[in-house]
Amino acid sequence: MATGRIFNIQRFSIHDGPGIRTIVFFKGCFMHCAWCCNPESQRYEIETLVENGKEKQVGRDVTVEEIMPEILADIPFYRRSGGGVTLSGGEFLTQPEFAEELLAACKDEGLHTAVESTANAPLASLERVLPYIDLYLLDIKHADSAKHRRFTGAGNERILENARYIAKSGTELIVRTPVIPGFNDTPEEIRAISRIALSLGVKEHHLLPYHRLGQGKYEGLGRKYSLDGVEPPSREKMEFLLSCAEESGLQCRIGG
Amino acid sequence: MEKIKFVVEKSARIDKLVHDLYAKMPEIESARGILVTESYQKTEDLPIIRRRSAAFRHILENLPIIIRDGELIVGSATIAPRGCQVFPEYSYEWLEAEFDTVATRAADPFYISEQTKAELRAVYPYWKGKTCSDLARTNMAPEAYAAFTVHGMFTPGNYFYNGIGHVNVNYRKVLEVGYRGIIAEAKAALEKLLPECPEYVRRRNFLLAVIESCEAVIVYAHRYAELAAAEAKKAKDPARRAELEEISRVCAKVPENPAESFREACQSFWFVQLLLQIESSGHSISPGRFDQYMDPYYERDKRAGKLTVEQAQELIDCIWVKLNDINKCRDAASADGFAGYGMFQNLIVGGQNEYGMDATNDLSFLCIEASMHVPLPQPSLSIRVWNGSPQDLLLKAAALTRTGIGLPAYYNDEIIIPSIMARGLTLEDARDYCIIGCVEPQKGGKTDGWHDAAFFNMCRPMELVFSNGMDRGVRIGPETGDVTTFTTFEQFYDAYKTQQSYFIRLLVNANNAIDSAHAVRCPLPFESCMVDDCIGRGLSMQEGGAVYNFTGPQGFGIANNTDGLIAVRQLVFEQKKVTMAELKEALAANFGYGITGAAAERVTREISEELKQRGVKVDERVVRLVYQEVTTASGLDPAKKARYREIKRLIDETCPKYGNDIYDVDMFARDVGNTYTKEMEKYRNVRGGRFQAGLYPVSANVPLGAQTGATPDGRLAFTPIADGIGPVSGRDVKGPTATANSVAKLEQSVASNGTLLNQKFHPSALAGMEGLNKFVALIRSYFDQKGMHMQFNVVTRETLLDAQKHPEKYKTLVVRVAGYSALFTTLSKGLQDDIINRTQQGF
Repeated sequence: MATGRIFNIQRFSIHDGPGIRTIVFFKGCFMHCAWCCNPESQRYEIETLVENGKEKQVGRDVTVEEIMPEILADIPFYRRSGGGVTLSGGEFLTQPEFAEELLAACKDEGLHTAVESTANAPLASLERVLPYIDLYLLDIKHADSAKHRRFTGAGNERILENARYIAKSGTELIVRTPVIPGFNDTPEEIRAISRIALSLGVKEHHLLPYHRLGQGKYEGLGRKYSLDGVEPPSREKMEFLLSCAEESGLQCRIGG
Repeated sequence: MEKIKFVVEKSARIDKLVHDLYAKMPEIESARGILVTESYQKTEDLPIIRRRSAAFRHILENLPIIIRDGELIVGSATIAPRGCQVFPEYSYEWLEAEFDTVATRAADPFYISEQTKAELRAVYPYWKGKTCSDLARTNMAPEAYAAFTVHGMFTPGNYFYNGIGHVNVNYRKVLEVGYRGIIAEAKAALEKLLPECPEYVRRRNFLLAVIESCEAVIVYAHRYAELAAAEAKKAKDPARRAELEEISRVCAKVPENPAESFREACQSFWFVQLLLQIESSGHSISPGRFDQYMDPYYERDKRAGKLTVEQAQELIDCIWVKLNDINKCRDAASADGFAGYGMFQNLIVGGQNEYGMDATNDLSFLCIEASMHVPLPQPSLSIRVWNGSPQDLLLKAAALTRTGIGLPAYYNDEIIIPSIMARGLTLEDARDYCIIGCVEPQKGGKTDGWHDAAFFNMCRPMELVFSNGMDRGVRIGPETGDVTTFTTFEQFYDAYKTQQSYFIRLLVNANNAIDSAHAVRCPLPFESCMVDDCIGRGLSMQEGGAVYNFTGPQGFGIANNTDGLIAVRQLVFEQKKVTMAELKEALAANFGYGITGAAAERVTREISEELKQRGVKVDERVVRLVYQEVTTASGLDPAKKARYREIKRLIDETCPKYGNDIYDVDMFARDVGNTYTKEMEKYRNVRGGRFQAGLYPVSANVPLGAQTGATPDGRLAFTPIADGIGPVSGRDVKGPTATANSVAKLEQSVASNGTLLNQKFHPSALAGMEGLNKFVALIRSYFDQKGMHMQFNVVTRETLLDAQKHPEKYKTLVVRVAGYSALFTTLSKGLQDDIINRTQQGF
């Protein structure tokens, strides 16, 4: 049985897929986006986060068997709301073996499964987990690979390639874009992402407005927040970008 | 895209009515106090039931009446908006003692004029020794009286000082036959009375009292008809003149005669609702299933084209405003416990009918809409939920919840129906239940539920385990042994159960003593004529005339005691990290922490008083020193202080807590709850019914917490006790689903007098139709697991903090307190803090 490294299990999550969900946050990511609201998720190593003056260990190693009871505890809520389990992170594809076991165990229990992912991983990893995923919430952050690399540490080629693979597999796919001022918040940039989404054959494109609720955690980890001073986009701005995305003909909305 | 149904435009009239109602501080008036005294002085030769109806008649013939500007539904207990009358036949001494402080007190202040004070002072001497409260005290076992007045083990003060209320009468009957019909029924019963029957005297007196009471109501309505006619003549605005003429026509007809239109039914309903609260001072007079008994009139008028949805909505909105016009002044201590001018007029929509089919109708929706239009504490709007409840209705209810008003409260048919059937109700009656007051289920029109019989603070018996039954230097509880000699956890737990069971017996004694006093001194013929089977039995409700009789005292403190017992088991008996002697010392020393707030001042006063009695000269300097020591615990040996704090840390950080979906902990909480509920159901009341426990504190967890020392769950002295059956504030860290799973493990069906689960949400959790759907799913999921009740505060912490700072900006901010909603700014600071600190679910 594989062990996985996670840093949180969040119950009653209502913005990460349909219904009431439990999110398992994986530790470790292939990228390091400047705006990441879970900076403690980026490194695989177990870290110490200072929160309200108290030290807290971030990250623990668990087996699927250990965490299933907590996931199953909310079955009454999944059933009534059409919810289920969401794997998030970090990037769940950094731990394909554990992810496969966990997703398979959830499917054995009849749970709806979703992932929040950038799909920036070897195709082999994706192939292992995809059969157990009902909904893939895929981040496409920028159409221009160079700019993508500058802000996230990785180009977008493998992401787009994997996106096409997921789209063809028949797993439900929704494209999501965090709207980051100064990175991708021009109409042209949003339109370009929408066009990619359209070419994949997905039905929905969601725009997630930048927020800085994670800023305090950078400090708690002893890291610098490079977007210091960046204001979240206004409501009007988001509405405008939404209308740009909608030009593609996709179903678009603000928020997850 | 789904839509919220029955969104109706608000009539301009409504905002004006609300504005006028809240223009000034509520006022105490003397008229009823004077009139009831005049009547009693003239009727000393009559049996009590007829003295009651004579007084009721005298009051209704002479009480000043008023039609407020713009009203469509008329009838006010006082000339001042939101004013209150007094009821000296129940008790009066507390008010006389508080004449000069009632206008300035923190919770629920009332203005009282010098003239009113003088008028009341003139009538009060008549009542000396004659009140219901006086007799209740005489009836009570001395140890029970001391347990509640001196030692704060429980508080049956509500019915000790006031009327019972807590009833849902048969409104449908009044609408259908009018008081003429009820008089005819009473007269027919009189005619059938056999002169040789041993019950002849009692029955005849009761029936005569019913007839006199109903006649009095007719006179009162006709006074309004005349007033409206007179005002119509004076009215300059033709539209208002027409309205007044219509009011006059309606009041001349109902409630004397059957209602024949929705308009007439609304006015008839209102007279019943108002007059019940003039006959007696009992609160929680609950309209119950308004959407059911009003529906025939609405449907008939609508089908005949005589009524639009907008017109119906305006009339319902007007009733909602009127429900906030009724008020009650309580003594200062009770005002803390019922803070927010609570009247608890519970009105419930939806649910099953007596055949087990869904009963939702248009009015169910319009009632919810009315609470959107009239965002005030009354009525306490509730909704019945079952598997067959239409999603549309629940979405409408969720949309109301989202406004942050704390309404409606959600109730689960699937557990309440079997729960009250287990108490002897028929299947049909159980299906037709409504909710009384805060959270108490009953079959309307057939029940004397005595629902709010007392508060029982379950943390106090726990304190007595550590003191071996001693309190304030005297023995009040059984000797359960020196706690430091206990060798097993079972011994400790048994000692707790022994202490608690003893005080439950005293509580039963106190309740029965008060109950008997009401039967002798304050039977209520008017109320009784609308509750089966009082006319049939020729007995008032207070004497046992109702079909179903209960007494429901509510316990609270399950969460604290569960966490505390688990801490004792783990730290003292299993891990042996703390000795019992250390824990006992740590509790006495408040875990080495100072006492804060009002409690610090009180403790300083008590210690200063004690020093004086020991002959110490107590000057300002000494008092200041005492205060400093009390607030900082500076008098403690530093080593001990550090150890006590370490003990609290071990409790806080290493012991599991109720509310986090931990199976063993939650099942233990279930057992702790049963120590109260299963003990209570053993006992009988004086009306031939039984005791049934509730598990909810209203808002008494704050004032009674202020009388409770530190507890082994790590709770500091004099701080609030957990509210309802929920976890201790801040100790549930796994979110609302985990909390719901934990709470659902309690055996709620045994608490057939009601349970209460508060949840707090950030508005973002209910955003959009999707948010509402998920919110409804959360409720349904808790109810799938046999949860009984759920209520929500949806308001940001920032908003509440700002409202504390700038109360003037938040005059009408309504929040859920506990089983009812209240204006936030009228609550005491302590209760405000408690609401702010309740775990905020969502993000």
